[in-house]
Amino acid sequence: MLTILFDGIAYGMVLFMLACGLSVTLGLMNLVNLAHGAFAMAGGYCAVVLVNRLGVPFLAALPLAFLASALIGLAFERTLYRHVHRKSHLDQVLFTIGLVFMAVVAVDYVAGSSQVFVQLPDYLQGRFTLLGVGIGRYRLLIIVLCGVIAVALQLVLMRSRFGSRLRAAVDDARVAQGLGINVGGLFAATFAVGSGLAGLGGALGAEILGLDPSFPLKYMVYFLVVVTVGGTSSITGPFLASLILGISDVAGKYYLPDLGAFVIYTIMIAVLIWRPQGLFARAAAR
Amino acid sequence: MLRKSLLMALATAALAGLPAPGLAQETVKVGLILPMTGPFTSTGKQIAAAARLYMQEHGATVAGKKIELVLKDDTGNAELTKRLAQELVVSEKVRFLAGFGLTPLALAVAPLATEAKVPQIVMAAGTSIITERSPFVVRTSFTVPQSAVVIADWAVKSNVKKVVTLVSDYAPGHDAEKSFKERFTAAGGQIAAELRVPLQNPDFAPFLQRAADAKPDALYVFVPSGAGAIVMKQFLERGLDKSGIRLIGTGDLTDDDILPGFGDAALGIITAHLYATAHPSPKNKAYVAAFSKANPGMRPNFMSVGGYDGMHLIYEALKKTGGKTDGEALVAAMKGLAWESPRGPIAIDPQTRDIVQNIYIRKVERVNGELHNVEFATFEAVKDPVKAAKK
Amino acid sequence: MSPQAQADAAQLLAGRARWHPFEVLFWLAAAASTVLLPGHHLILTEIAWLALFALSLDLILGYAGIVSLGHAAFFGLGAYAAGLLAKHELVNEPLLALLLAGLAAALLGFVTSFLVLRGADLTRLMVTLGVALLLRELANKHAWLTGGADGLQGVTVEPLLGRFRFDMFGHTGYVYTLAVTFVLFLVARRIMNSSFGLSLQAMKENPARAEAVGMPVSRRLIAVYTLAAGYAGIAGALLTQTTAFTSLDVFSFERSADLLLVLIIGGAGYLYGGLIGAVVFKLLQDSLSTITPQYWPFWIGLLLVAIVLVGRERITAWTAPLRAFAGRLDRRRGAAATKA
Repeated sequence: MLTILFDGIAYGMVLFMLACGLSVTLGLMNLVNLAHGAFAMAGGYCAVVLVNRLGVPFLAALPLAFLASALIGLAFERTLYRHVHRKSHLDQVLFTIGLVFMAVVAVDYVAGSSQVFVQLPDYLQGRFTLLGVGIGRYRLLIIVLCGVIAVALQLVLMRSRFGSRLRAAVDDARVAQGLGINVGGLFAATFAVGSGLAGLGGALGAEILGLDPSFPLKYMVYFLVVVTVGGTSSITGPFLASLILGISDVAGKYYLPDLGAFVIYTIMIAVLIWRPQGLFARAAAR
Repeated sequence: MLRKSLLMALATAALAGLPAPGLAQETVKVGLILPMTGPFTSTGKQIAAAARLYMQEHGATVAGKKIELVLKDDTGNAELTKRLAQELVVSEKVRFLAGFGLTPLALAVAPLATEAKVPQIVMAAGTSIITERSPFVVRTSFTVPQSAVVIADWAVKSNVKKVVTLVSDYAPGHDAEKSFKERFTAAGGQIAAELRVPLQNPDFAPFLQRAADAKPDALYVFVPSGAGAIVMKQFLERGLDKSGIRLIGTGDLTDDDILPGFGDAALGIITAHLYATAHPSPKNKAYVAAFSKANPGMRPNFMSVGGYDGMHLIYEALKKTGGKTDGEALVAAMKGLAWESPRGPIAIDPQTRDIVQNIYIRKVERVNGELHNVEFATFEAVKDPVKAAKK
Repeated sequence: MSPQAQADAAQLLAGRARWHPFEVLFWLAAAASTVLLPGHHLILTEIAWLALFALSLDLILGYAGIVSLGHAAFFGLGAYAAGLLAKHELVNEPLLALLLAGLAAALLGFVTSFLVLRGADLTRLMVTLGVALLLRELANKHAWLTGGADGLQGVTVEPLLGRFRFDMFGHTGYVYTLAVTFVLFLVARRIMNSSFGLSLQAMKENPARAEAVGMPVSRRLIAVYTLAAGYAGIAGALLTQTTAFTSLDVFSFERSADLLLVLIIGGAGYLYGGLIGAVVFKLLQDSLSTITPQYWPFWIGLLLVAIVLVGRERITAWTAPLRAFAGRLDRRRGAAATKA
């Protein structure tokens, strides 16, 4: 029972890493970025190359994966995404789906179409039992790492100058702009960090979710569910949503394997009907 | 404007599709339909590479006919496979339909093969029933039950009494589950739980937890090749190996194509399958060398030999008919053909048009620094057990 | 309404209902293709049902402004309905089965329209996507009925009207699909050129104002969504009937995404966009995947990105002169018609 809970939390944490960037960019710029998973994939492949080919230690490869995805994200933001900020949602959907198609094929071309894996160091493999709960070492690492990052994100958002600007911009971009906040720059920075976190999630999640060129398509729905359920106005929303989703998905498969993916889709639609702005969003709709 | 664009579009279509009539006499076209994009790309790539390699090695001319390969991508989508097959038959006038990466894709085309009287060479899809759907289907790949019963036999011999099965929830998975279960329980074994995992499933953890709770001697796994690695890693992560559970399965689990990426975790896994890159025969050594040379960075896997032998079958059938391309005569010529393939001796069963081949028991080991499936026991000339049982 | 306004409205509607030469030519060319291109009926069949499917999306996106990422839900339901009716020999006449499949999809559209009406663009995207995924999972799980991941096997479609067998070369299939698409196009054209169609456009441009002048906004949206769902269902049923097969792919996200692309290429909101888009998209996809079987989605993706960056209006500008010309012609003829 507790083991299932533990696995669910780890799974939820990976989802949070993957999706939190998406929810912030959506909240800030009202940008529907279906290609978010492509940045996660970039981070994953980056980790694979670093660890397997170049022999970089796994733990050192994680920040590098973050940096690489963040840089790629920044480059795309400045060159391509900035042109679609002001376009309609339909345009953004078309644009980002196009990017997904291109990313899938490009990775297939460069890295081949089969599954790849990050080779884990020995000390992260296997598991131990603590008070009757089976704890996988790797999953423990994920929980600790993602937990720390989530807390750090929350602190940055709530305490720092950057955070208060960001919150102001999310609340009302136009007024924030008027107050002299550089919303465009803020957005680019957020986009880069969001992509970097996705990349880190991709690198961490490869072990659990697998990694192949169709990654952005396969998991797009999961990201969207997290964002839908969690809302786009804070970090805590997607965080709690990811945990709920992770735990209910894992527990659903354990206790009710016949229901399969029904659980998460039903949650998503139910939440959308009940609270279209997300479960944890403030009541004020924008 | 409208008219112009339409006419232009139609003209493009006409140019793109129409074959040159003069050439049709001497050229025999082989329509190769494979998933070259989408989740099953690796199957398509392996087979296409092997088929090209065969033609490169044996020349493009056989029995006075020039062989031309027409490769089409069906993205793993059955309705597209069917339309492509129809077009290949109707406009390209292909004399062979080949490829078919997945069971539904092969099944969708079978009625067409019957209607058009065109041999359908199945180079990958592994559900038993496919060859029964049309008298024009001939298979050069494998059937899932072939490997499943062999690993069941091996499990019985190796003192495995209680097994949990974990299969993907689609036809080949059901086949793998059923044949294993029948053979294993007939020999006195016990199936503690039967788990079916959705085909698109991100996390195996809850299923493995259920398996662990049942405390079996072994966990029998059949999943599509990419997912196999995730199962295996999570199997180790949960320490199932340490609690004395053995991981067994068909060779899809330790697909040679991706095995090098598994890491040492894979060492010692035992599977039954038709082909291993490390198969120790001179024929295979030459095959692997030529394949890797033509496709740097790729290892030929069990899918590739299906494509390679499929081309061989087409060549030999044409030789036997003297270049005649009548569908019934070609299928008749294919029945009973036997030859030495890179995977070992194989034959086409004259009754079922299905493949008869050796199934090897292999163990993952490190050979010259690379992970390989190393064969250590052979079950000779295994027929499809499902069809054999029907008689 | 003042008499003058009434006359104006009548004039506008009459003008829009007129056929102009381009439309006639378009359909003549389509009809001619049944005779002139016998070797290409298979891909033409696909173009025809895709055109109908895109037309159905145009009804909600182009006319009512509802963005959907899950239109495949209705397509898939129609496809499975037609397949099951034929497989279990419940309804042997394809035309009747087609109608029933369309009704089933329309019913689903009616029910889900209440979900779709809530919320803004983004919520709609998610809800439509969620409905399609849920249906896909339903079909996947009820393998005893649908065949699950292996697809619906053993569908035999009886001859059309008891006479015309669906042949291997796709002749019957093409003529049938084209005829159905044409008839449904006529219906859609009639509806969209009525006051109902005009009111939809008014609502799309400014929902608040439409509401204020007393238009029953939600009811009209429900009506058009239901209609579009029915159309999509019929398109799906056509797919099943012409290929005698259907599988989970009918519900896939890629299908909904491709459909958006089809409509965008042709341009939304004037009924012909979906049709033109279907022709261009299929031919493009077919030739690209012949040239590069492994990497063709890259170019489709690039096309999408390029369309958005350049601007959809400018991309579909190639149809704009036609639309503008048609509009001018309308007004003149409409004026002439009311005078006479």
